[in-house]
Amino acid sequence: MTLLNWPGIWAIFHHEMMRFFRTIWQSLASPVVSTVLYFVVFGAAIGGRIQSVEGVPYGAFIVPGLMMLTVLQQAVSNASFGIYFPKFSGTIYEYLVSPVGWIEVTLGFVGAAAAKAILIALVILATSFFFVGVHILHPLWMLAFLFLTALGFSLLGFILGLWAKSFEQLQIVPMMVITPLVFLGGAFYSASMLPPFWEGVAKLNPVLYLISGFRWSFFGLADVPVGVSLFAVAIFIVICLAIIRWIFATGWRLRE
Amino acid sequence: MTGIIEIDNLSKQYDSGTKALSDVTMSIEEGEIIALLGPNGAGKTTLISIICGLVVPTGGTVRVDGHDIRTDWRAARKLIGLVPQEIALEPFETVFNSVRFTRGLYGEGRDDAYIEQVLRSLALWDKRDAATKDLSGGMKRRVLIAKALAHRPKVLFLDEPTAGVDVTLRREMWQVVGQLRREGVTIILTTHYLEEAEEMADRVGVISKGQLLLIRPKDELMREFGRKTLTIELDEALHAIPSELLGRGLELAPEGDRITYNYDTTAERTGIARLLGELATLGITVRDVSTRQSSLEEVFISLVQEGEAA
Repeated sequence: MTLLNWPGIWAIFHHEMMRFFRTIWQSLASPVVSTVLYFVVFGAAIGGRIQSVEGVPYGAFIVPGLMMLTVLQQAVSNASFGIYFPKFSGTIYEYLVSPVGWIEVTLGFVGAAAAKAILIALVILATSFFFVGVHILHPLWMLAFLFLTALGFSLLGFILGLWAKSFEQLQIVPMMVITPLVFLGGAFYSASMLPPFWEGVAKLNPVLYLISGFRWSFFGLADVPVGVSLFAVAIFIVICLAIIRWIFATGWRLRE
Repeated sequence: MTGIIEIDNLSKQYDSGTKALSDVTMSIEEGEIIALLGPNGAGKTTLISIICGLVVPTGGTVRVDGHDIRTDWRAARKLIGLVPQEIALEPFETVFNSVRFTRGLYGEGRDDAYIEQVLRSLALWDKRDAATKDLSGGMKRRVLIAKALAHRPKVLFLDEPTAGVDVTLRREMWQVVGQLRREGVTIILTTHYLEEAEEMADRVGVISKGQLLLIRPKDELMREFGRKTLTIELDEALHAIPSELLGRGLELAPEGDRITYNYDTTAERTGIARLLGELATLGITVRDVSTRQSSLEEVFISLVQEGEAA
């Protein structure tokens, strides 16, 4: 295999990160504000009635879910916008004529999107310390889940950006698919709180496995075994990579 | 001798069935400037797009300095720079960063001194910190050239570099190309301005309906086709060309009131002054004189028509 074009990967990664830092306050302000609102509404108002879930105070219980909600949204929107914008502005030609292959382009765009999502998730975690006492049982596993999730959904966003032909298409998937999956994936409750039938349905939702694993790294509680969660994320990443490779190999929506 | 670019039986048929390119074969030498002429939709852009990697060919091969564009694409692409037809730039990026980004994409390490040199040579240095969206059309096009040169390519493709560009800017673009030629860059440009091909190219290729009708040295084409005709209208009709003037290739119109003289514009002496002097000596009064040039344009039109008839 030919050696990878590392300066090329860095150029794309750096270029994407610069855009993020150019608008750093907008990038951070909106997730932080919405997190604060979630804490106020779910934590204070509803949490006052729920008290605790399986021994964890409700305010703390929703922290992993909130982080996951943000990571998923940010990863998908950053990665999809990142690759869609050059398609829209016409500068995509540069990536197609330069000596960068699908691995370099993916690493550059997806790496940057995942990095941004992780950064924002950590800012949210820091924000949550102002509202609730959160103790992280397995910090390294927490980071590992955060990384894998950010990676997996940045890959998904990247595919979305490659597929999209308009800004409307770019927005419809996060709105219609990602947000419902997160809400139904147990971000704000444990699947075990659902009636048995709905618990079964919930387990068809891939996001449930992510949130469950992530929550386990915080509190040692999980809806599904941690190994299953890890396996699900790994499969998801492999499928996304295969699709991206196929897109670049065939030139679908890229080359004529 | 093998050229820097070797194209063999290159074909492209789109899924719709349209044949954009059929069996194009040509060899491009290092350091020359080739102008590809042809009407819109002739296949010029398709040809360039295949060599650069934007379009996947359905048949044939292209080698750039010995590297196959399909199997050894990384090495091939490193040698090529492309200036696309449409202006496409990231609007909020500064000129300098935009060029530096492209250099990175080509796997080259940071070299701000070289980028400065490129920007200065394209009169963009003063605009290095400007966002590309704030530049004029001509400047944007020069930024695209700067980006294409960011990795010191050996071959530069310019796809319609002066389409929709005013006359001043066109001259400016020609100067840039002239400068690149002096630096030894091989340049392939497409155009439908014949003037442009006449001005810059060493060789001219004519493409029509996906076929390369010819590729020949421009001077040769101009010599062969680029002759001028001088028409001299006479006050009084002659019966025949005076014997003193025989053997000069003069032709007398059937009515006897017009003499036509074909001459080579590239020759040192056209012989016009001498001819007019001799006519005066012979007492033949000239009423009017006009000249007409068969330009590359006519060459081109006749070739394309022949191509269509075939």
